[in-house]
Amino acid sequence: MSDFPWLTVLWALPLVGALVTALVPKAPGSVLPKQVGLVFSLLTLAVGIAMATQYNTGDGMQLTETHTWIEAFGVHYALGVDGLGLLLILMTVALVPIVFVASWHEADDRSPAAFFAWALALESFAIAVFAATDVFLFYMVFEATLIPAYFLIGRFGRAGRGYAALKFLMYQLAGGLILLAAVIGLYVVSSDAGTPSYLLSDLAQLDIGTTTERWLFVGFMIAFAIKAPLFPLHTWLADTTEKATPGTSVLLVCVLDKIGTFGMLRFCLGLFPEASQWATPVVVAIALVSIVYGALVAIGQDDILRLIGLTSLSHFGFITLGIFAFSSQGGSGSILYMVNHGVGTAALFLIAGYLIKRKGTSLISQITGVESKAPVLAGLFLVAGLATLGLPGLSQFVSEILVLISAFDYHWWVGAIAVTGIVLAAVYVLWLYQRTMTGPPLPGDERHEVMVDLDRRELVAVVPLMLALVFFGFYPSPLLDVSNPMVDSLMQHVGVSDEAPSVAGHAEEGAH
Amino acid sequence: MDFTKPTIEYADLWPLLVVFGVACAGVVVEAFVPRALRFVVQTLLAVAGILAALLGTILVARDLDVLGDGAARGTVDAMGTIAVDGPTVFFWGILLVFGLGGALLFAERRLEGGVSTFAGQAAALPGTEAERQASTRGLEHTEVYPLMMFALGGMMLFPAANDLLTLFVALEVLSLPLYLLCGLARRRRLLSQEAALKYFLLGAFSSAFFLYGAALIYGFSGAMGFAQINEAVRDDIGNQTLLLIGLGMLSVGLLFKVGAAPFHSWTPDVYQGAPTAVTAFMAAGTKIAAFGAMLRLYYVAFGADRWSWQPMLWVIAILTMLVGAVLAIVQTDMKRMLAYSSVAHTGFLLTGVLGVQQASELADGEVTSLQAVLFYLVTYGFSIIGAFALVTLVRDAGGEATQFARWRGLGRRSPVVAGIFAFFLLSMAGIPLTAGFVGKWAVFTVALAAGAWPVVIAAVACSIIAVFFYVRVILLMFFDDDDVAVSGEVASVTKPSVLTSATILVGVAATLVLGVVPGPVLDLAANAGQFVR
Repeated sequence: MSDFPWLTVLWALPLVGALVTALVPKAPGSVLPKQVGLVFSLLTLAVGIAMATQYNTGDGMQLTETHTWIEAFGVHYALGVDGLGLLLILMTVALVPIVFVASWHEADDRSPAAFFAWALALESFAIAVFAATDVFLFYMVFEATLIPAYFLIGRFGRAGRGYAALKFLMYQLAGGLILLAAVIGLYVVSSDAGTPSYLLSDLAQLDIGTTTERWLFVGFMIAFAIKAPLFPLHTWLADTTEKATPGTSVLLVCVLDKIGTFGMLRFCLGLFPEASQWATPVVVAIALVSIVYGALVAIGQDDILRLIGLTSLSHFGFITLGIFAFSSQGGSGSILYMVNHGVGTAALFLIAGYLIKRKGTSLISQITGVESKAPVLAGLFLVAGLATLGLPGLSQFVSEILVLISAFDYHWWVGAIAVTGIVLAAVYVLWLYQRTMTGPPLPGDERHEVMVDLDRRELVAVVPLMLALVFFGFYPSPLLDVSNPMVDSLMQHVGVSDEAPSVAGHAEEGAH
Repeated sequence: MDFTKPTIEYADLWPLLVVFGVACAGVVVEAFVPRALRFVVQTLLAVAGILAALLGTILVARDLDVLGDGAARGTVDAMGTIAVDGPTVFFWGILLVFGLGGALLFAERRLEGGVSTFAGQAAALPGTEAERQASTRGLEHTEVYPLMMFALGGMMLFPAANDLLTLFVALEVLSLPLYLLCGLARRRRLLSQEAALKYFLLGAFSSAFFLYGAALIYGFSGAMGFAQINEAVRDDIGNQTLLLIGLGMLSVGLLFKVGAAPFHSWTPDVYQGAPTAVTAFMAAGTKIAAFGAMLRLYYVAFGADRWSWQPMLWVIAILTMLVGAVLAIVQTDMKRMLAYSSVAHTGFLLTGVLGVQQASELADGEVTSLQAVLFYLVTYGFSIIGAFALVTLVRDAGGEATQFARWRGLGRRSPVVAGIFAFFLLSMAGIPLTAGFVGKWAVFTVALAAGAWPVVIAAVACSIIAVFFYVRVILLMFFDDDDVAVSGEVASVTKPSVLTSATILVGVAATLVLGVVPGPVLDLAANAGQFVR
């Protein structure tokens, strides 16, 4: 079974599912397309888990498939996963069925089949992105993800979604075209060195001149900074999350945006290690600004979805900080953070979506006193919120601590500034909870009287996320075991080794 | 004085002669075949002629002589005036394929309710009794087929021409029928006639530039043949001023034909005014033929003088991309928007043209400039013909509805048509998994490899601008349905006959296949080798 094309099957399955979902006969109000979509997403999850059982931690790139694709360009159809790719793929295949269950009625007034089909297409491309080990293939699917995302934002969601979709796409394509220039640059460099090839393993061997390497790094980094997003390229994020449905936002922020930080680890550090170190001061500064600025702006929002979107800006700042601190704690912390952020933010978005559905508004100032009518909803929202602010015992805490350790290790003031992000997170989460969930209902709010608590379908969608938050909060080692070998080899490639801790005791012993 | 009979290599040239022969036969058909039968006879004749020429092109391509070290294949025929080599047969092949698409679109009669899209009687003044009569009697001009075949023959000769005079003759043979065809629209005849006149006047003007340039180059080198000009440039014997001015004037003539800024101003008016079937044929065919001629002229005749024309092309390419992309943003008419987008594509193609390098500078298996441009032309041709063919389907009571306002919400009413159009637009925007992306990648790569990084940066910037206006149309078709109340009349999709549908479907299929597995066509383009000298 070792040469079974696991990864190809894994990305092809949701794509087939998308086609089938779009093509099954649909009477108005029929649930068949939705059921088909859900079945395909669950099948993908099953294949994903089966694939994970084939994976040996510590063996580097695995389940590889390499075939020549476009010979003239030196392009290969090359897939493979290491710890980083595996975790992100598993997160993706797990989130999609959850989103489907949570958004079961989201698109009923438009075209549910289209919603499910586009989401499956997005899942397929995202899996291919995380599995690609050829830069050209990566670029193709990287850009291809935008089309389903564009239709998901533009066709489903609130008024003004057309504009939001356009802004989203313009930002992403601008980043993509800058990346294209850098990808082409890589081809030129690689063909100057002999034979053109886009395979990561070939490119990592290249000896790129310092100036060229820096330019290429900048091209890749800008694209990933738009994707992730980082300050000041984040403005599409808030608009998009505000207008799109919560389900779409989960797919965008929790899955698609991870491509940005994934790309920083895999391509920026993997291909341009020297340039990455050269750029570290600037990137760290941008990450710090994102952490603090994202949190501050989030505090000031009156729209729940906008607020959650902007908290992600802060979180992506943390992830980037961990990556560019160049230590194994930082690297593992960031990878862990990507997964945990995916889980925690997905829970926040989905529960906020339930709330908005009940209240008919997303304005914080119009929502209050939910706790008394819907205690389960309020309680789960609190748990997800506490995870976001990094409460010990919930999963995000572990990753945050690892990133902060690496930040203090990098420089004490970097750590000090990053810590304020956690304090501000407490403000936005708790203040949000206080304003919306507690207190008396607004006078004359008829919806408050008829509000019901979460039904079974809604619970089924978010309970797995809650369990994951608690489980990985107490027992993160499965995640760390998978990510650590990848981080170690990456750090080795970059040429950084952790400083051995200096133990004060030695000196004192000598004095005796 | 002796008269030596010129030798013509019929074995190599017969695809070209078939096309011209069919065109002449079409004229005879007009004179002798009864009116009722002409449409069928002409259509069949044109399609059969194109298919025969296509077959011939394949046969000729299969046994081209290999020259020297195998870098080029082919021969110089007809006393040195026509080069039949790898690139030539490649151009012939794609021109004939797109010509076939054009012929099918010309023959579409279902959209107009049983008559063709061309004027019933072109000589009747618009709005007169004569015009009405022609319309009620169901007259139609079947002369469009021979005209199209003449234009197609000219297009095939254009990239094959190996001396300046043949080049000029080909230029005129391809242009004159097109001027006429542009003025033959059945609806909005004044607009169509204005377009034809504008095209003719500007075209004649640019031909004059071209001819003057040819004369100056003759003055510099004492010869018309590309090989002799190349030798003169290499030996550096003549007057450099004559060379530079002549080269500049020849470039004006060619850049006008491809629609490069600042010689692009005819494009939007002509693309909009001409019958859409003609626009589709012309947009693909003229651009391919003119780029073929330009490549041969620059690479073969002036290849040794690369440093004189490359900087000029840098400026023109940047300007063209910028003008095309920026002006396309403010358009509110689908055909005009596609016209400006085609100007932008000219800029991207020029980016590939200026990426020429010495063979010794290229790594083994690296993409060459010629290969990139050839591939881009193929992808562009399929998507532009498909897109214009699709424009003919979206109609209201007044015929084709090209105003943006009429396309609002089309995605809800006709998801398939709107989806296909969106796919073509995405390909033109260069989104991965479509052919346009691979084409764009190829031309940018060769430019960057040749060190033209400022052009590549400008091209990336223009691509971003271009994405905006393509995506805006998708937004208009799909997302505007309930944000903005639909106001005024909207267009609906008319079901076409199999002719138009087939053209569109082939365009879609090719755009998708070339985006996912571009390898075979890229190899074919690489196989074309270099120009023979």
